Amino acid sequence: MPSVLPLGDPAPANGQLPAQVLEGVADRAFGLYVHIPFCAVRCGYCDFNTYTATELGGGASQDAYGGTAESEIAFAARALTESGLPPRRLGTVFFGGGTPTLLPAEDLAGILAAAVQAWGLEPGAEVSTEANPDSVTAESLRVLKDAGFTRVSFGMQSAVPHVLKVLDRTHRPERVPQAVQWAREAGLAVSLDLIYGTPGESMADWEESVRTALSYEPDHISAYALIIEDGTKLAAQMRRGEVPPIDDDDHAAKYKLADQLISEAGFAWYEVSNWSRGENQECRHNLAYWRGDDWWGIGPGAHSHVGGVRWWNVKHPSAYAGRLAAGDSPAAGRETLDPETRNVERVLLESRLSSGIAIGTLGSGRTAIAGLIADGLIEPASAFAGQLVLTLRGRLLADAVVRRILPD
Amino acid sequence: MSPMARTAPVPAATDPAIIRNFCIIAHIDHGKSTLADRMLQFTGVVQSRDMKAQYLDRMDIERERGITIKSQAVRMPWERDGVSYALNMIDTPGHVDFTYEVSRSLAACEGAILLVDAAQGIEAQTLANLYLAMENNLTIIPVLNKIDLPAAQPDKYAAELASLIGGEPEDVLRVSGKTGDGVEALLDKIVHDLPAPIGDPNAPARAMIFDSVYDTYRGVVTYVRVVDGMLHPRERIQMMSTRATHELLEIGVSSPEPTPSKGLGVGEVGYLITGVKDVRQSKVGDTVTNLAKPAATSLPGYADAKPMVFSGLYPLDGADYPVLRDALEKLMLNDAALVYEPETSAALGFGFRVGFLGLLHLEITRERLEREYKLDLISTAPNVEYEVTLEDKKIVQVTNPSEYPTGKVAEVREPMVSATILAPNEFVGAIMELCQSRRGVMGGMDYLSEDRVEIRYRLPLAEIVFDFFDILKSRTRGYGSLDWKADGEQVADLVKVDIMLQGEQVDAFSAITHREKAYAYGVMMTGKLRELIPRQQFEVPIQAAIGSRIIARESIRAIRKDVLAKCYGGDITRKRKLLEKQKEGKKRMKMVGRVEVPQEAFIAALTTDESKDKAKK
Ligand SMILES: Nc1nc2c(ncn2[C@@H]2O[C@H](COP(=O)(O)OP(=O)(O)OP(=O)(O)O)[C@@H](O)[C@H]2O)c(=O)[nH]1
Ligand SMILES: C[S@@+](CC[C@H](N)C(=O)[O-])C[C@H]1O[C@@H](n2cnc3c(N)ncnc32)[C@H](O)[C@@H]1O
Ligand code: SF4
Ligand SMILES: [Mg+2]
Repeated sequence: MPSVLPLGDPAPANGQLPAQVLEGVADRAFGLYVHIPFCAVRCGYCDFNTYTATELGGGASQDAYGGTAESEIAFAARALTESGLPPRRLGTVFFGGGTPTLLPAEDLAGILAAAVQAWGLEPGAEVSTEANPDSVTAESLRVLKDAGFTRVSFGMQSAVPHVLKVLDRTHRPERVPQAVQWAREAGLAVSLDLIYGTPGESMADWEESVRTALSYEPDHISAYALIIEDGTKLAAQMRRGEVPPIDDDDHAAKYKLADQLISEAGFAWYEVSNWSRGENQECRHNLAYWRGDDWWGIGPGAHSHVGGVRWWNVKHPSAYAGRLAAGDSPAAGRETLDPETRNVERVLLESRLSSGIAIGTLGSGRTAIAGLIADGLIEPASAFAGQLVLTLRGRLLADAVVRRILPD
Repeated sequence: MSPMARTAPVPAATDPAIIRNFCIIAHIDHGKSTLADRMLQFTGVVQSRDMKAQYLDRMDIERERGITIKSQAVRMPWERDGVSYALNMIDTPGHVDFTYEVSRSLAACEGAILLVDAAQGIEAQTLANLYLAMENNLTIIPVLNKIDLPAAQPDKYAAELASLIGGEPEDVLRVSGKTGDGVEALLDKIVHDLPAPIGDPNAPARAMIFDSVYDTYRGVVTYVRVVDGMLHPRERIQMMSTRATHELLEIGVSSPEPTPSKGLGVGEVGYLITGVKDVRQSKVGDTVTNLAKPAATSLPGYADAKPMVFSGLYPLDGADYPVLRDALEKLMLNDAALVYEPETSAALGFGFRVGFLGLLHLEITRERLEREYKLDLISTAPNVEYEVTLEDKKIVQVTNPSEYPTGKVAEVREPMVSATILAPNEFVGAIMELCQSRRGVMGGMDYLSEDRVEIRYRLPLAEIVFDFFDILKSRTRGYGSLDWKADGEQVADLVKVDIMLQGEQVDAFSAITHREKAYAYGVMMTGKLRELIPRQQFEVPIQAAIGSRIIARESIRAIRKDVLAKCYGGDITRKRKLLEKQKEGKKRMKMVGRVEVPQEAFIAALTTDESKDKAKK
């Protein structure tokens, strides 16, 4: 969760949603995000909403967190029902952080059980958790599997010690294959997160990281360009000249290399930063974000979306716990998107997917198609078939493509 | 010592014998307006509790910058030997851009106080303004100011001043505008030394217009000095050059607030209001007469202020063009020196080519437009006016480099100035070197005193009007001062340098330069643009060319990555806001061919380093 919350309208204390969310609800999947705002240490590049203290005051502690999250689940179930939404089962559940696996596996299992009790799971539902390689054991992964988890995403980031060091990662590289092995044995699908473009990372370093990740034979890989976020330790180091600045050309070259190596290993991209070993292994929860489906975000700073209404919870775990203890919505603010803004978001999100966006829905943006083909940014064959799909060059310039197809 | 006058002479009933008209002239910052403050206070026209520093600098921009831009006339009573006199004082600007204001003011006076900062001594505009006053046959009272300063050297500069004017050092008065020391003695001396105005009270009325100002509430306020006869409220007057007639709705004196009177007689200085809305109908230099009893000959006027530098002004937002047009029209009402005409730029859209007296004038005008009319403006690099003769003998006046003719050029003429530089003699070498590098030809050199020299050069205007003064200042450790005035033109080896983005010429960046400086301009501009224009999806070559010959080139590499690739979880709002910001940025782009150029790049590329920090000269 990014550290700065957006500015929005006030959200009602009872969590009641406007009637517009009912429209088209049958066509939208429903998912749950559960934010776990704790980490053992804070990585120098990270601006997610996470805390390293076990005790945060105001009734917020790592121990009490499971119970607090469960109370938001109960609140959510009631608010959705009272807003007139039909009961829906969860198609996806995603535990993110922070480091969800810093909590005892039993706590995560308990939160999941509360969600299942509130809504039920679709048959074949996807239940993922993020994990740090050094915060899992064979045992804990087994407990998760038994509780209903289907998938684990490890923050590998790099295989190269000096890169891990700049990133402040605490795990030893050998820990990753170990963790992957345990997850496999427990019967969980495995994803690995990588970061490219870390200061001091050479092209050879990056190649080694990608090849190493592939050698563990995960089902899914995410590769993110390192973003220097304001207020992070890394940003300060960069400002002081202690680490070299980010070079976009280096990022572009590394993305291309990753795409090449990962594709050669039999994966296909399905979103700009995500590759999977087959359609079955795509992260459906992430796809729900890109496709504008509904999800409720549990936890401090978590974002939710239901039928064109977005809201976000108060950021600090103490404030969050306090709201729920008082029986109030933990939402800090929300926005109700007008049709125009919804369309902007749809274009912004769907264009990043390999399934692309239907050109027929672009309105005046259609005039840009010929130019995009000429500039090698979108696949000509798909375009002729009526779908806008980014080329490799187009993925690297995706934001520019979006600006060209959006109405002025 | 004289007391404050017990009774003030009444306008329209004041014997010319008790009138004294004078202006305060000096180099910039030598303390004219501060001395004027003390006079306002000691004569009682401004109460001590209402006093504020540089009382007569009323425009916001004058107060912020601490400089006088417009002359101000004030009538003050002063008693000496039991007689109440009427003094008309005019505070003038010191900056060289506004010299024309000084010459207009001089025409309304019999005397001038030549003020010199006792810590600085004589400087270039001291001389320039002194010569102007002498050309107008004014009686000069030399005065040293700021004698309260520890660094003051009154003996030294009194000698310098006396030798310049021809008098004895003891005759040079010593005052402090700050403490008021010596100011009463100065007022006495004004009464004693300056001649009273002479005119024929029975002749047809003739009054010289020396200023004309537009006021939102009162319309045009015209400042006049009556030479002959008398003007009365309610009578019909006539402008002698245009024959236009008006009714005198109000007549009065500034003291310093406008005070209506029963009229103005011989030698008096005051204002007229006729209800006209356009200062051009009440032209500075024109003569006002009485319609019923008109004068036969008008008074000698003065030449119109001539624009020296030209710059294109464009609204950042094209939709603001009508606002800019109206704003220029209004400003022009107040500033007869401002000239403009519409122009279009392929890169910048619709705007105006505006002529200014100098860079300070440009900067002040631009600032007033932005501030008073809430406009965001781009001003193109300023340039002087060239006269291009084609081989077919056709002559083209070029105020905008993009109008430079494409046909065969026989000859280009550029405006010249004669410049006077004053500095301590140790800097003579450095000054000569600077002037030579600016294509100057030395006209002569004089020692004003043992250690201070006056150096005269004839130089191309284009070489001195931009960064010359700043460099002079730094090469003379702040001691050098500069004055210049137009001095004909010369044939020169000038070329037009074009700048091209991806082969498309960008008119706003074209410049006319001396052939020897073309390369430097090309390298500077292409280099600047390479830094300022963001990378595009394709490579963008930037070239500088004279005609079809490329003299400098740079290129902007194609951008390879423009995508946010990080896991933001469900925070779509943040992603969308980023996109909205990017789109906002795109709106502020001007398209040059396929190249998106941010407006900031235009502004930054056109902001010469020398056009910053220009307030003080
Ligand atoms: N110490 C001292 N400072 C003075 C005196 N007279 C003026 N100053 C200072 O000198 C500076 C310039 O004074 P102004 O009165 O604005 O000078 P000016 O000649 O009217 O300037 P322009 O109108 O811009 O040419 C101000 O900072 C004044 O405070 C003086 O007698 N003593
Ligand atoms: C929500 S984070 C947390 C996962 C887990 N706590 C971890 O770090 O292993 C998910 C992923 O986002 C990526 N990420 C975090 N901060 C980033 C940054 N500043 N720039 C690029 N990617 C980042 C990392 O790859 C990380 O694994
Ligand atoms: S472990 Fe993950 S969430 Fe925690 S600080 Fe590091 S990157 Fe951020
Ligand atoms: Mg002044």
